[in-house]
Amino acid sequence: MTSQEQIIDRCQVLFDDLSFTSAREWKAAEEGRKVIGYMPIYVPREIIHAAGMLPLGVLGGGDQLEVIHGDAYYQSYICRIPRSTVELGVTGRLDFVDGMLFPSICDVIRNLSGMWKLMFADTYARYFDVPQNFDDKVGGEFYVNELNDLRADLSKISGRKITDDQIRASIELYNENRKLTQDVYAFRAREPWKVPSSDLYLVMRAGMVLPVEEHNQMLRDYLVAAADSDRPLRDNCRVLLTGGFCEQPPLNLIKSIELAGCYIVDDDFLLVNRFLLKDVPTEGDPVENLAHVFLHDSESTAAKYEPFQAEKGKYLIRAVEKYGAEGVIFAAPSFCDPALLDRPMLQHTLKDAGIPYVAFKYAENSGQMQPIREQAGTFSDSIKLWSEA
Amino acid sequence: MSTMTKPKRAPKPRPEAEKDASMLKQKEMMAGHYDRLTSAPENGDKVCATFVPGNLNELIMCFDFVNNLPEQNAIQAGLRKTSGRFVMEAEKMGHSEDVCTYVKSDLGMMARGNLAPNGKPFPDPDVLLLSYTGCFTFMKWFELLREQYGCEAIMLHTPYTGDGVITDNMREYMVKQLKEEVIPKLEAVSGVKFDIDRLREYLRESARAEDDLVAVLQSAKKKPSPIDAYFGGIYYIGPIFGAFRGTKEATEFYRLLRGEIDERVAAGLGPITPDGPMGEEKYRLVTEGPPNYTSFRDFWKMFYEEGAVCVASSYTKVGGTYDFGFRHDPDRPLESLAEYCLNVYTNRSLPQRVDMLANYIEEYEADGLLINSIKSCNSFSAGQLLIMKEVEKRTGKPGAFVETDLVDPRYFSASNVKNRLESYLQMIEQKRSSTQTLGAAA
Ligand code: SF4
Ligand code: SF4
Repeated sequence: MTSQEQIIDRCQVLFDDLSFTSAREWKAAEEGRKVIGYMPIYVPREIIHAAGMLPLGVLGGGDQLEVIHGDAYYQSYICRIPRSTVELGVTGRLDFVDGMLFPSICDVIRNLSGMWKLMFADTYARYFDVPQNFDDKVGGEFYVNELNDLRADLSKISGRKITDDQIRASIELYNENRKLTQDVYAFRAREPWKVPSSDLYLVMRAGMVLPVEEHNQMLRDYLVAAADSDRPLRDNCRVLLTGGFCEQPPLNLIKSIELAGCYIVDDDFLLVNRFLLKDVPTEGDPVENLAHVFLHDSESTAAKYEPFQAEKGKYLIRAVEKYGAEGVIFAAPSFCDPALLDRPMLQHTLKDAGIPYVAFKYAENSGQMQPIREQAGTFSDSIKLWSEA
Repeated sequence: MSTMTKPKRAPKPRPEAEKDASMLKQKEMMAGHYDRLTSAPENGDKVCATFVPGNLNELIMCFDFVNNLPEQNAIQAGLRKTSGRFVMEAEKMGHSEDVCTYVKSDLGMMARGNLAPNGKPFPDPDVLLLSYTGCFTFMKWFELLREQYGCEAIMLHTPYTGDGVITDNMREYMVKQLKEEVIPKLEAVSGVKFDIDRLREYLRESARAEDDLVAVLQSAKKKPSPIDAYFGGIYYIGPIFGAFRGTKEATEFYRLLRGEIDERVAAGLGPITPDGPMGEEKYRLVTEGPPNYTSFRDFWKMFYEEGAVCVASSYTKVGGTYDFGFRHDPDRPLESLAEYCLNVYTNRSLPQRVDMLANYIEEYEADGLLINSIKSCNSFSAGQLLIMKEVEKRTGKPGAFVETDLVDPRYFSASNVKNRLESYLQMIEQKRSSTQTLGAAA
């Protein structure tokens, strides 16, 4: 049996590797293989996979990448992830990538799609739009057509037709990946001392670079290994962390929050792994099925319109209940429009429900964790006092 | 044209500058609009709030709504120098210092009595038409307003033209949203039945004004340019980007304006500035990005004092891009509303924006591109440094980059902006003399 440590060591190597060696090796292993990069927040990886290509999550440069060129492309008041992503591009770290998808998340990533077209004119770059109208006949039809356009583009790049059956087979694999992901999340919520959040993060992050088949096996192994963990239970409070759905916090930030006395029992990192909340049916038209689940059973997040005022922020309350959280930490990247504009509304909803919260900002390259440890520590103490009162 | 004697030394308040008949008419129109808006409750009028990019004024008028545009209100607050207080008020209420100051000016203004420029309170909107065109912030802004007002919000999603083309899928999606979502909801809130012929009539009117607006903006191709197409351009776009597109008043205004500009062209005159007619035109610039509003006149003055005139700007295309031929079309009413939204400047891909600006430099025979990068606005600002490099590369003309904010006075440093502008103009000068020297040596 692979131990928890062995799995995490492997994930750490993948995480630290800013040249994406594992994806390069995957590509080199067979003639004609292609890799498609994607940024947060969601792309239908099933279609990329069905084309025989590797979907590769590109999430900026973290705190280890020295950004030399990227800063020349962005003003100081723009978040970090686009500049470190540009850095990855101009330093050749993404030179093996055959296409990049820029999802509809905010105007920074949107504009980056056009920058990519100008800077890397030989690489396919697509702004991947999703509907903000959730009616099957309106937003649904638009989305199905967009997905079919993407399918046609990817088919051209891969040089092979993408059949419905191939998409169905990929859907099955990703359904399994989503289920295993939910299992790991549920496990952590049940016994958070056995699944440190930095571990969970690394295991999920591995899914950004590994083929889904391999990631599924890793998740299975991790669940078995974690059940055997003999880590001690600490007197920590249980918190839900929200706002980190795009630019990633440094791993140290996640560790600091737990060291300060908070078990993270739910978060919104790497949402692509669990954006769709239900299994995508494999009967019928697979593209329509992907669209249908996206419209009716996908994550609520700041990048998505909430059509009903009464529902605004309620997903957080449901998650607090589901995972037994005692408070919410809003951790958003500096200058992040979606997270920061949404935050006051979410806070109002929590306030009305009597759920305590605290808020701070970070950058992917934040080095100083002391203030965050202090805030999280104070928050944890106040939750404990509150629950004793 | 009315003239006023200029006092020798500038007393406070500043001297009223020369005003053309069109400027007086515009002032009257805007004042009338705010009066209509603030008296909506007693007149039994309903109010629809929406955004300048993707402003479906013709459709809104079909339901007898009075159109309220929070962006224009924030601009008014900026020009009146009250926005700084409002922004800080919103930050005190928990809104991040990092987000768009239009939103915070609006929310802060609400918290402080929500007074219109005429001193009367703005009425609460009956409906928020969330025309989600070219800016992510719009979605959150109207979610925030919906939370405050508890009124109906209608989402109209304009897909981004990431590949620089409007596809049938995009157009059909928008038309469907209009038919299935927007029109039925506007009918329900207003109690007015939709009449497509009424819409056609308004669209016909819009197209007339659009023709004249384009002629006015393109007059800047002349030398000297009879207009400043950025600072002055902001006055020109006011009615058509706001609550007047599709009205007879707008058509008359643009006809009048065009007539005045034609006269200026015939007389070989340059633009009118707040301090009167501009002196010799020394530099011709294309501008990208919104202006700063809290020091609008000072900002403009830095240009005209140096003899720099803005001959084309992207900002004056933010509420509709008409100079490439698009017109509202009464024969394709809903399709043309969709295309109008899809075409606005901030909904265009970055490569399209580069093309547009580089072409402006050529067509308007400009000396270069000046970018005013706005801290608030990721939609405009993210990618502008690359835009500058690309435009410089394509045109061989130098670019310059200044940073300010729309309505937050904390981010306007007059000395920085002035220094930047002066060194930029010197750079243009040097470039000119080196070209001349090269020419002479050849
Ligand atoms: S961190 Fe926020 S603002 Fe920056 S690219 Fe991501 S979603 Fe956009
Ligand atoms: S972000 Fe930019 S386009 Fe959007 S509301 Fe603010 S200023 Fe306007």
